[in-house]
Amino acid sequence: MSQKLDAKIPEGNIAEKWTKYKSTVPLVNPANKRNIEIIVVGTGLAGSSAASALAEMGYKVKVFCFQDSARRAHSIAAQGGINAAKNYQNDGDSIYRLFYDTIKGGDYRAREANVHRLSEVSGNIIDQCVAQGVPFAREYGGLLSNRSFGGTQVQRTFYAAGQTGQQLLLGAYSALQRQVGMGTVKSYTRHEMLDVVNIDGKCRGIIARDLVTGKLERHFGHAVLLCTGGYGNVFYLSTNAMGSNVTAAWKAHKKGAYFANPCFTQIHPTCIPVSGDHQSKLTLMSESLRNDGRIWTPKKQGDTRKAIDIPEEERDYYLERRYPAFGNLVPRDVASRAAKERCDAGYGVGTSKMAVYLDFAANMKRYGRVEATKQNIHNPDEETIVRLGKEVVKEKYGNLFDMYKQITDENPYEVPMRIYPAVHYTMGGLWVDYNLMTTVPGLYALGEANFSDHGANRLGASALMQGLADGYFVIPYTIGAYLSNEIRTAAISTDHEAFVEAEKNVQSQIEKLMNIKGTKSVDYFHKKLGKVMWDKCGMARNEAGLKEAIAEIRAIREEFWKDLRVPGSANEFNPELEKAGRVADFIELGELMCKDALNRNESCGGHFREEYQTEEGEANRDDADYAYVAAWEFNSVGEWTLNKEELKYENIKIAQRSYK
Amino acid sequence: MSHGDMNLTLKIWRQKNTETKGSFETYPISGISPDMSFLEMIDVLNEKLIVEGKEPVAFDHDCREGICGMCSMYINGRPHGPKNAVTTCQLHMRSFKNGDTIVIEPWRASAFPVIKDLAVDRTSFDRIMAAGGFVSVNTGNAQDANNLPISKEDADESFTSAACIGCGACVAACKNASAMLFVSAKVSQYALLPQGQPERKSRVLAMVAQMEEEGFGSCTNTGACEAECPKGISISNIARLNREYLGAALSSK
Ligand SMILES: Cc1cc2nc3c(=O)[nH]c(=O)nc-3n(C[C@H](O)[C@H](O)[C@H](O)COP(=O)(O)OP(=O)(O)OC[C@H]3O[C@@H](n4cnc5c(N)ncnc54)[C@H](O)[C@@H]3O)c2cc1C
Ligand code: SF4
Ligand code: FES
Repeated sequence: MSQKLDAKIPEGNIAEKWTKYKSTVPLVNPANKRNIEIIVVGTGLAGSSAASALAEMGYKVKVFCFQDSARRAHSIAAQGGINAAKNYQNDGDSIYRLFYDTIKGGDYRAREANVHRLSEVSGNIIDQCVAQGVPFAREYGGLLSNRSFGGTQVQRTFYAAGQTGQQLLLGAYSALQRQVGMGTVKSYTRHEMLDVVNIDGKCRGIIARDLVTGKLERHFGHAVLLCTGGYGNVFYLSTNAMGSNVTAAWKAHKKGAYFANPCFTQIHPTCIPVSGDHQSKLTLMSESLRNDGRIWTPKKQGDTRKAIDIPEEERDYYLERRYPAFGNLVPRDVASRAAKERCDAGYGVGTSKMAVYLDFAANMKRYGRVEATKQNIHNPDEETIVRLGKEVVKEKYGNLFDMYKQITDENPYEVPMRIYPAVHYTMGGLWVDYNLMTTVPGLYALGEANFSDHGANRLGASALMQGLADGYFVIPYTIGAYLSNEIRTAAISTDHEAFVEAEKNVQSQIEKLMNIKGTKSVDYFHKKLGKVMWDKCGMARNEAGLKEAIAEIRAIREEFWKDLRVPGSANEFNPELEKAGRVADFIELGELMCKDALNRNESCGGHFREEYQTEEGEANRDDADYAYVAAWEFNSVGEWTLNKEELKYENIKIAQRSYK
Repeated sequence: MSHGDMNLTLKIWRQKNTETKGSFETYPISGISPDMSFLEMIDVLNEKLIVEGKEPVAFDHDCREGICGMCSMYINGRPHGPKNAVTTCQLHMRSFKNGDTIVIEPWRASAFPVIKDLAVDRTSFDRIMAAGGFVSVNTGNAQDANNLPISKEDADESFTSAACIGCGACVAACKNASAMLFVSAKVSQYALLPQGQPERKSRVLAMVAQMEEEGFGSCTNTGACEAECPKGISISNIARLNREYLGAALSSK
């Protein structure tokens, strides 16, 4: 078997680990920092925050993204909010409670020490963002406003309408551009990293393709940070941006970085349902809507009446029925499965019958009445109540309602939204230790690209928190543990044979893709892969299905390398070639996801194995055999070795997760 | 395929790269569903071109939710097409009629050179941001967020300006190719907040100087930018920028 994984968790009491570690971790002095080069791949919340913070400290930074501007990284699309244990609402929140909620929400498959640190720094993130001029939502008194998200009973989510990710990313991007202007960061947009370069067992740089000219470039760094986001697009249809991909992480995996818990995928309960085969992506309707929306289906199977024609007593508010304590605010995995259960049982709505209602009518009226009282309107008529209620809802979620209308041509102020679960986020990712270093020395993974904080299910509004925590407040300290030993390493020439060799390999992969000259487009293969993944490695999985999926994915891989057609040439702007490289990696990843799902003979969080459920249909976890992180080591395409990191719960008592 | 029954004629600008000259090509397309987004319609065209052994149309896009600002098509003489307040990716084919001819071009401005077909280079926006579009705070020094109360009105107005997605439609819409709406939105966001005050003057001067250096035209108040902005950024931001600029320029003399 394989090397033992050392998570490098500091000794001591959970509440003191980070503080103590932070003040003892070796430092790099300012003069030496100027000679140390760091490569940051990705400009989402994790990448932009890391790159700007490291540059502010004095390191020489290069930052890469495939979009035309750092500001367009996928983080921009995050809607609902960001968590922080500020307890501004005086509702009993604390660092411990956020820590507890996250561990429990993750169904006891996350690492305690990392999650506690995340909770500790969460408050600093809000402070930092406000100082940068991020315009969060505020109350009339001028203080910050909060809303609730799933899986918690406190209000700890900070937001900017339904555009929180946009505002946070623009804040981080501003900080980054400031450093670019000062010359401490060099920015490479429209560049795609296509391999990492290891020298004497350490990561020393990357190979990137200039997407405009097609030219391959070699870049040296004393350390490389992958902040390249999640791999939800392996399913073809997801809420991720079209370009989101696994390529950077996957190339690193093939060069020695272990891939952890690949099968842990988050299917988000509230997305706009698929409308036809032309569909290129799915659109999220933020979880924040569940604050004010009630989810229901008709009580009668196959009911074809319009929503407004179905009387109250014939509606089944199934989440409130099944989970009275959390109601519509159960965690995502639970809400998604419950929606699937209703639709599979024949209670779905809409033309496809694969949808449930998310209804704002009741809360719109409640807001209307409150607003009427505020405005001193006594005995308001129905029309006034509805009008005032709409105004409140518009202020909270206006952009989301507009987006819904734009896509479906239905007005959600008048009729309930139709929603269905869709792939949204990937908890799995590159395995990292407490320092956020992968199994390759000098190679780090931050943000959604790593696996560390969300276990088997992420709570809403926690990804933005993690991205910024990793970049602003964790890596600036933990990277010192490695770089303090690198101050004597002079910059390595990119003529070094390892760079030459890596570039040659990238070149030959590109040529291989261009030279297949088959008959089918990249999308053809991507859709085919996505369907297998969704049907057999999606919301519900079983042994037979996963075995079939592995065989089918292998067949897709073979067909891909025989019959793919990439038009144009390699030395120009060629989006089809970019996609081809990404789909090649998704195909290999898909197989590993199924293998991981097959290995995990239990149900936990987003990983639901049909064989392992309670009588009430809830996930049945097996802590005796599976309380570990599955960290896969790449041997060759289709061949991996499993390494295990045991998870120890010393501060939170591991228990059956209940939201009833 | 969930075929629709719309038949259209597309006239699309094709240009191999920045150096070569471009021209329009005509493509008939059928089976389009009104529920498709505009970009999904282009996907259908590209799939067809690839299978026929031709080169697909290159265009920029990523989020397809109207927030990243990457999509950028000039459709029938209007940036982001015929509907107000939507990006190209959020435009749906139900906004067109069966039998329509649709003309599709890239953004046209000397500060936005064409990279290929419909994709242009907007890095000039990044350089304007690097010149002054920030608050100079290093990480880790911030006070508790609620120690700085900000009136809801100011916060909301600042947010409204901060909603700019940096798409460049304002530039494409302007006969002078001016970037004033984009720049003024950023200047306003900070001018409205206490955090923005210390650098209020230097910011506006630096950003405007960089804007001019990038070759964007000057603003003659035609208002085309506001009319075409997918995020409803108001022209009143430009008025604010002008005031800010004048104040800063006078006091720096
Ligand atoms: C629609 C939507 C709404 C969401 N809403 C919320 C929310 O309300 N709250 C919350 O907490 N979370 C939310 N999430 C999740 C959250 O947005 C993401 O998990 C998070 O933003 C990821 O940030 P990141 O920095 O890790 O990566 P990303 O933002 O995905 O950035 C990845 C970066 O890597 C670059 N990149 C990738 N591959 C390469 C390569 N090979 N070469 C060069 N560059 C590369 C990209 O260019 C990009 O800059 C939402 C997600 C979606 C899809
Ligand atoms: S001001 Fe409007 S049109 Fe101009 S870049 Fe911003 S969002 Fe686009
Ligand atoms: S693709 Fe992101 S705004 Fe259109």
